[in-house]
Amino acid sequence: MSSDIAPPAAGAEPAAGAGMQGARPDRPAGPRIRQSLWQQAGRWEVGLVIVLIASLAFGSSESSTFDSQTTLFYGGINAGFISIMALPMMLIVVTAEIDLSVASTLGMAGALLGDLWHHGWGLWPALIAALAVGVVGGALNGFLVAKAGLPSIAVTIGTLTLYRGIAEILLGSQTIPGAGDRTFPAWFTKIGVVPVPGTHLSYTTVFFIVLAIICGVVLHATPLGRSLYAIGLQPEAARFAGIRVARIKFWLFVASGLICAFAGILLVAQNSSVSYNAGYGLELNVVAIALFGGVSIFGGRGTVLGVVLSAAIVATLQMAMTQMNIDPNVQEIVIGALLLISVVVPSLGKLARWPALRARRSRS
Amino acid sequence: MTAPAAPLTPVQAPGVPRMARLLRAREAGTLALVLLVFLLTTLKNHNFASSGSIQQLLVGASLVALLGVGETMVLVTRNVDLSVGSTLGLSAFVVGNLFRTEGIPVWSGFVIAIALGATVGAVNGLITTLVKVPSLVVTLAMLYIIRGLDSKLVNGNIVVPSQVPHAFIEVGYETVLGIPWLAIIVAVVVIAVGYVMRTFRPARELYAVGSNPDAAALAGIPSGRRVFVAFVTSGALAGLGGALFLALFAQVDNSAGLGYELNVVAAAVVGGVAIFGGSGTVVGAALGAMLLNTIQQGLVAVNSSSFWDEAIAGGLLLIAISIDRLLALRVARSLRSAEGAHREL
Repeated sequence: MSSDIAPPAAGAEPAAGAGMQGARPDRPAGPRIRQSLWQQAGRWEVGLVIVLIASLAFGSSESSTFDSQTTLFYGGINAGFISIMALPMMLIVVTAEIDLSVASTLGMAGALLGDLWHHGWGLWPALIAALAVGVVGGALNGFLVAKAGLPSIAVTIGTLTLYRGIAEILLGSQTIPGAGDRTFPAWFTKIGVVPVPGTHLSYTTVFFIVLAIICGVVLHATPLGRSLYAIGLQPEAARFAGIRVARIKFWLFVASGLICAFAGILLVAQNSSVSYNAGYGLELNVVAIALFGGVSIFGGRGTVLGVVLSAAIVATLQMAMTQMNIDPNVQEIVIGALLLISVVVPSLGKLARWPALRARRSRS
Repeated sequence: MTAPAAPLTPVQAPGVPRMARLLRAREAGTLALVLLVFLLTTLKNHNFASSGSIQQLLVGASLVALLGVGETMVLVTRNVDLSVGSTLGLSAFVVGNLFRTEGIPVWSGFVIAIALGATVGAVNGLITTLVKVPSLVVTLAMLYIIRGLDSKLVNGNIVVPSQVPHAFIEVGYETVLGIPWLAIIVAVVVIAVGYVMRTFRPARELYAVGSNPDAAALAGIPSGRRVFVAFVTSGALAGLGGALFLALFAQVDNSAGLGYELNVVAAAVVGGVAIFGGSGTVVGAALGAMLLNTIQQGLVAVNSSSFWDEAIAGGLLLIAISIDRLLALRVARSLRSAEGAHREL
């Protein structure tokens, strides 16, 4: 089922990224058994489908109200905006970069929207301004990473603080709409209350699906998408192959800024209000969803389907555990354990071969 | 071309006077910035130079500086430890809780904190080196697991000052010759680890592992073991940080150390530690923590609206890494031209 959008060659050869920054220092150099492309690319997504089915079964066996329409709806409301940010994050991680400023960009865009609304702007101009500030924020990240050549993890820790700080400057301690403000129009805030007509899906879920399809097509079916894998695996080789590495990375960060700003607007609509700390500290959750979806932190590997499944699993588990009154702290442990298992289990084969490798190494 | 048996670090380079070497070090720039921020703030608000305020500056930077020491050891090996904030929180609560329920002696609080942190570090290190999975993912997962565990343990039952032995809290506010105990402990750790990292072979090998993993492996360096030790140290220091957190605030809920991980990484990067391994010192990381904290408290002291703090701190962080990059480019260029001149001779 995953074969139709699974990545061919580039995505299926993680070991080739060994030259990248942060690559494993001592990857065993022993002969690898070559698997078919389908096997390599599809394996992780198949595992995720099984986990998703298991968590759905777990949820509905433990709670009678679990599979009702409201669960589907609120699951999307709770996890939707984080999942939306995971999509551009995933594209960036495939190129072996990272964007830790996503949650702050979300906060900055929401804060600008709130501030302009507070100062009497119309909703549409304010929405466009919020999206624009996301683009500007993304462009600053992109400039510093792609043009100035600074490490993205350091740059985006900086902009994480900067963008959240700008949100704080804009709104201070007030919540918009406060006393004396106009409330947001009903058509805007109903996004968080009613499902898309004719379905049981929240608007956030639908936006996520649409964006996922766009990302999936771009990543898996266009030359641009293929070049992202090439950049992640071997930036030097990609450059010599004529791929405009810097330009592509720049626009990826811009896209990330835009989509995070969009997620910020959705969050304002869902909550019918905004304060400067909206989405505070969620950047690592976003990274976790992308990584759990099988995206390699070293770049060059990962599928959009994997990230979609990962987002669905996290949303399902959260809903199920909340309905079972499992306290949120244990939920955190479960999500962390899943992430840990997701990287450890695929490597256990390596571990089993370890003594043999070691013996061979000491002989030579 | 053969590599020299012991790589010459700038510190060992012959023919340069000691003073000039010190001034040229990357840490000197950070220290100068700390002093500059301090002076500028003092010009606007004379109270900033009072002994009470300076004590506050030292105490405020000490926890992040302490965690920065361990983080630096991990970062130079091309790994990262994102679990330090959660480890600090867990250790702070466990020790506080033991004081409350078991009435353990004060010294054992520190021992337990360090042991607990080292255990977490060992788990991080084992998974990272043995199973060979990226440390960012492992420690990110541990961040959630430990924070969840911590919250589960706390469960609303927070530790309050009256439940912590007085002698223990004294570590948090007592001073010796005007210097807070907290700052002394952290300074000792920074200097000790800084000395070890400069002097001893196994510690130098951490840099080798980080700057070229393949070459390090070929040179016979047991990379896995070295990285493991770096993680254990980072965990142990985060554990100690938990004990100091408890001593400082005397009150622990489940949010202790929340979000520290990125502050610690930021401090290390500002202090000149390369995020992709191979270079940087623990002294630099500690000074980075000092700089960020001085800026933050300086902003409060000059009475700019506190809403500006975060934005300015973020902007300065960006400027710091940009300047670092420019300097690195300049050094690389001058090295190249020096090499060229050498060849012509």
